[in-house]
Amino acid sequence: MDWKRKHLLGLEELEVEEIEHILDTTDSFREISTRAIKKVPTLRGKTIVNLFFEPSTRTRTSFELAAKRLSADTVSISAQTSSVVKGETLKDTARNIEAMQIDAIIMRHSMSGAPHFLSRCVKASVINAGDGCHEHPTQGLLDIFTMREKKGSIKGLKVAIVGDIAHSRVARSNIWGLKKLGAEVIVVAPPTLIPMGIEEMGVKVCFSLDEVIGKVDVLNILRIQLERQKCGLFPSIREYSRLYGVTVDRLKKAKKDILVMHPGPVNLGVEMAAEVANDPRTVILEQVTNGVAIRMAVLYLLLQ
Amino acid sequence: MRLIIKNGRVVDPANKIDGVLDILIDKGKIISVRKNIPAKACQVIDAKGKIVAPGFIDMHVHLREPGREDEETISSGMKAGAAGGFCSIVSMANTNPVADKQEVVKFILRKASEEGIISVYPAGAVTKGLKGEELAEIGELKEAGVVAVSDDGEPIRSSFIMRCGLEYSKKFDLPVISHSEDKDLSQGGVMDEGVMSTILGLPGIPRQAEEIMVARDIKLAELTGGRLHIAHVSTRGGVELLSQAKKKGLRVSAEAAPHHFALTSEAVKEYDPNTRVSPPLRSHEDVEAIIKGLGDGTIDAIASDHAPHSLEEREVEYSLAPSGIDGIETEVGLALNVLYHEKKIKLVEIIKKFTTGPAAILGLREGTLSIGAKANITILDLEKKWVVDKDKFFSLSRNTPFHGMSLKGKAVMTIHQGKIVYNEINNG
Ligand SMILES: [Zn+2]
Repeated sequence: MDWKRKHLLGLEELEVEEIEHILDTTDSFREISTRAIKKVPTLRGKTIVNLFFEPSTRTRTSFELAAKRLSADTVSISAQTSSVVKGETLKDTARNIEAMQIDAIIMRHSMSGAPHFLSRCVKASVINAGDGCHEHPTQGLLDIFTMREKKGSIKGLKVAIVGDIAHSRVARSNIWGLKKLGAEVIVVAPPTLIPMGIEEMGVKVCFSLDEVIGKVDVLNILRIQLERQKCGLFPSIREYSRLYGVTVDRLKKAKKDILVMHPGPVNLGVEMAAEVANDPRTVILEQVTNGVAIRMAVLYLLLQ
Repeated sequence: MRLIIKNGRVVDPANKIDGVLDILIDKGKIISVRKNIPAKACQVIDAKGKIVAPGFIDMHVHLREPGREDEETISSGMKAGAAGGFCSIVSMANTNPVADKQEVVKFILRKASEEGIISVYPAGAVTKGLKGEELAEIGELKEAGVVAVSDDGEPIRSSFIMRCGLEYSKKFDLPVISHSEDKDLSQGGVMDEGVMSTILGLPGIPRQAEEIMVARDIKLAELTGGRLHIAHVSTRGGVELLSQAKKKGLRVSAEAAPHHFALTSEAVKEYDPNTRVSPPLRSHEDVEAIIKGLGDGTIDAIASDHAPHSLEEREVEYSLAPSGIDGIETEVGLALNVLYHEKKIKLVEIIKKFTTGPAAILGLREGTLSIGAKANITILDLEKKWVVDKDKFFSLSRNTPFHGMSLKGKAVMTIHQGKIVYNEINNG
């Protein structure tokens, strides 16, 4: 297909064909990472800026490697979210970066919609590396790529996403992508972590992990953040773990060929037991590997 | 010079007049309203095909002077008001310094009378510094000229202080205008809570954050016998509570803002900071309830909640943008387009929301074309098609989500105390 899109802000706005095209492109890029010389000249002469307003070594490193393997020049900027009153606004920051003649900005930001705002301020391509509670499209894509690789097809697949759905950009990107490709999605969380109206995104809601674990093909487990407990959304990490943690016992009730995923980093013993993390059906490291290939495909398609 | 407005359809709800009549004005007063007044030694305005109504009143306007004269001055706000079809506006107290002292109220009144285009009636604060802790000197504020008290921008969190405000204001027969929001429930929300906030990943404000406060304030009005006015009601539940309170005969009134009947939370889709407003844009169902409430009289007034903000403050991430819409120049157009043309609320009912409705709440001797009354007149062209252009605003700010929208219906002339202060009638 002919790729026309300039920015990647979320999976919500992508057409099925576009998602499939990214996944197919990823197949060919993954091979490069297995070569002795892991570099192709595809994006030679292009400059890509990693603009991270939230610390994230994993995502940043993954994007950086992806860019380098395509021979692009990269710069990483760790920035502070500035207030409106004092300091530099996002707009100033973006304009300054752009004045240095760059081709793409990869941005991680704590506020939903920040990349949309950025894309209105600059001429460069904008890639959303996670914005607030909104989307994390490349994570969604790499999760879906991994599921497709392991299960053959997304159509008809039953996927449970477990954890803090309300505040998860990973959940939203997974939901959009999986629904578009024909999967059945169930979100599992305590009622306080299920956002209002999520059924209208086409998912089922369940408050009990035990009820769904035997029925699904994929478990995508989200990282739980301690701050949520402090603001009253659930009583304790201990109780959360007892009700929603994937333990060895719980995994026994799952299908034999279940796929267990996690965007990382895992709180071992909280949302997932260490034994489960080491289980051969758990593919966290393959997700990391695929992440680089997905990001190579995205950069290639947006910047070629 | 005497002024005569000829051949317009005069709609004056206060006097139950609706017909093609002439109006004669002299020395800032209305002299005569009847058919075929001879136009001798008069300036003549031909209002054929247009609606001639009593001067419109906007009872909820944030002028930014004193404090943020870069966003709006008293003068620019008055010009924007005149261009929007308003002869009178109520200025809210959340300036810097706050209008919680006589000096600030007197300053606003002095500035406004120097400018003189239209009338400004200040609202004073209920509590000192809008902090919700101690009552402001409401008696002195009344002496200085306030027509209402309000901490608008902020709710009064303490039920006890709200009780005191309602009770104490009885002595001065002042309405207490409530910005109804339970901030403990709305938390750091930036938009309506629902499927849109879920999709966009923005923190939501449930409707109940408004309704809990409306219910509380109605109960306090019942307790005190004070006069309660609910600002910018935005939810179906809020309208229902008001309807019940009115049936009980409580002294409760309410206003709705144009954005709450013209837009839904769908408008937030692209994270345009101009759609951030408090209370937030709600669902389709709420919009329908607001329109119904306007039609059946549950809601007494339409008010802009005109809230100018600078460009720099708006060119930021959605969650960092301040709340508010620069709305006084699009208000009448939206009311005519949505309520009259699309939803078919009777014109006379719409005109009431801009005239007798707010006049009764504020105790103003305005909003009527009675003989001897101040010659405040708003002329409407119901069929005029126009496109909102923020760059043509008289307001100093540009924060509108309506830029580029095509509307049908507009205020085309504003006459304040016999003087034409805004005119876009071609033959004028
Ligand atoms: Zn308010």
